[in-house]
Amino acid sequence: MSTIDQDRGGPAQPLLGLRGLKKHFPIRGGMFGGAVATVRAVDGIDFTVRKGETLGIVGESGCGKSTTARLLMRLLALDAGEMLFDGEPVGVNDQAGGIGLKDYRRQVQMVFQDSYASLNPRLPIEDSIAFAPKVHGVPAREAAERARDLLAAVGLSPAQFARRYPHELSGGQRQRVNIARALALQPRLVILDEPVSALDKSVEAQVLNLLMDLKEKFGLTYVFISHDLNVVQYISDRVLVMYLGIVAEQGPVDAIYDRPAHPYTQALLASRPAMDPGKRRMEPPLTGDPPNPVNPPSGCRFRTRCPFAEAVCSERVPISADLGGGHEAACHMAVPGSGHSGAGRLAA
Amino acid sequence: MSDVLERPGVAAAAGTAGTPLVRLTDLHVKFVTRDRTVHAVNGVDMRLDAGEVLCILGESGSGKSVTLRALMRLLPKTAKVTGGIEVGGRDVQAMDEGTLADFRGGDVAMIFQEPMTALDPVFTIGRQIAETVQRHERASRAAGMARALELLELVQIPSAKRRLDAYPHELSGGLRQRAMIAVALACRPKLLLADEPTTALDATVQIQVLLLLRRLQEQMGMGVVFVTHDLGVAGEIADRVAVMYAGKVVEEGPVDAMMRAPLHPYPKGLLGATVHAGMRGKRLTTIPGAPPALETLPAGCAFAPRCSEAEPACLEGVPALRGPVPGRLARCIKVPGSRMGQEP
Repeated sequence: MSTIDQDRGGPAQPLLGLRGLKKHFPIRGGMFGGAVATVRAVDGIDFTVRKGETLGIVGESGCGKSTTARLLMRLLALDAGEMLFDGEPVGVNDQAGGIGLKDYRRQVQMVFQDSYASLNPRLPIEDSIAFAPKVHGVPAREAAERARDLLAAVGLSPAQFARRYPHELSGGQRQRVNIARALALQPRLVILDEPVSALDKSVEAQVLNLLMDLKEKFGLTYVFISHDLNVVQYISDRVLVMYLGIVAEQGPVDAIYDRPAHPYTQALLASRPAMDPGKRRMEPPLTGDPPNPVNPPSGCRFRTRCPFAEAVCSERVPISADLGGGHEAACHMAVPGSGHSGAGRLAA
Repeated sequence: MSDVLERPGVAAAAGTAGTPLVRLTDLHVKFVTRDRTVHAVNGVDMRLDAGEVLCILGESGSGKSVTLRALMRLLPKTAKVTGGIEVGGRDVQAMDEGTLADFRGGDVAMIFQEPMTALDPVFTIGRQIAETVQRHERASRAAGMARALELLELVQIPSAKRRLDAYPHELSGGLRQRAMIAVALACRPKLLLADEPTTALDATVQIQVLLLLRRLQEQMGMGVVFVTHDLGVAGEIADRVAVMYAGKVVEEGPVDAMMRAPLHPYPKGLLGATVHAGMRGKRLTTIPGAPPALETLPAGCAFAPRCSEAEPACLEGVPALRGPVPGRLARCIKVPGSRMGQEP
């Protein structure tokens, strides 16, 4: 992360750099409503998003991927950690050399899974899209024009659709509107939180193609969050695998899918249904559910489900080991001399 | 355990003499309200033999869940159901309320996508299983609880004895799904109906539940009708697949043949649009448009407006099912083979 301050605004500067991001939610209870426990939803994660790339984030429910999305968007306040947007600290006023939240949110936009809940049911979709530009000072007429251009760009003819209300559209069409709205402020980074998970397969493919086209047309950078490993493989340049609030493994998409180093990534990939009835799986790769993030296991959080767990795994938190080419895995087996009998097996 | 797996006389009753476990003939379901009529299922013929797993594959609105619910008469009063529904040789449509209550949970059981809504939140898991056993087999409470313990072990719930006293909200998603399966299997049904039971689960848990269902199905010799929108899930569990579109079966056949080379343009498109490994960088083939609204029935092939191979003849009448190879059927005029209304 030493490069994080160099080349501010240049092509080598990551668009978004995150260090030590944490978000804990207290569970209140007891007689006086004090905090009785803490959900460690995101518990110290570091990553960067490079300009022009698609970073995929995968993981199971409760791994913190959606909390991460909301932290990136600053819909939630950080408990700890640092965010740099194109080299500038986020949420600091601009006299101090940072970028204010209002300006940051103009450059970073989000698309949610529930296409209906994310739109105002009482506004025609054209007005929903034009709303944010108006808030940011674009004259009404110009904002309306931009909304119509964007509707055309996402494949909805403005003449036919502009005055419709959200309930008059299908799920796929509504998701196109949400994408158009996210683009209305001409953002540089779009955070897509399960954008195709609620869609039928035939419509999912349409929306994925659209996202690829828009990325090229507008020079966008994506953070794409999904539980669907196939979709993430299809759309991402780099992939981040999360487990119980931490990053288990990250790296270029081919490294993650062809040479997964972390036992969790291996199990996750092996859990995908075979598309060939002749190659049915006989034993599940993992047993049990992901543990509760309230009391994560000591040491390596995956050790309770890991087939390779040894004593060292409960004693020490594994550090992220560099496997070359930007591929990192937080597993004792990836670190030579870690005390695990399989240590160094994976080292480059 | 062996007691749970024993299925007295079921195979003999349903499997012999060529009587299918399930037979649907020309099933139609429409939902009539004051404002509109929705034609959800429009002439479905289907058969399932004892011990067979049939996946009904389709997108939202294809009529797959409605077909499933019709098998157990779980549809609301606004649903107008016509056609023949036979399970184990009995006419489900003709059953009175008392017979139906014995039939549901006894001969046929159902599992759902959301175990939290299918289980009762104010009773323990053990009580809910025992209640089913007491109701259907007139067993004592103690015998019911003993069966409940066996069932929790059968569905591989760890520390089963302790989990008997757990309420649904105290279990994780995967365990809750297993508990619901245990309730469904309590009276050794001949037929299990599954409505997307793994859709809400995480990847590592989904495969566990699929493998469990497959193993239980084999051990207990149940017939299973499994509704899903996921080709991958069908590939893991089905013997046969029926693909539905706009309330009709458009293709039916053995799962491996269908997934290797579908006949009908709709499953062909679906297979091309399903993202899987090795598609990176390629543009996904899509099916343009969206499924039709089912307020008016299309005169011709319902898929024609989205089909890349459509021609004027497709709109002239509803295509009949054609069987190019024994055991496979497709509802498309371009599929070679003799026309046939029924399965061979």
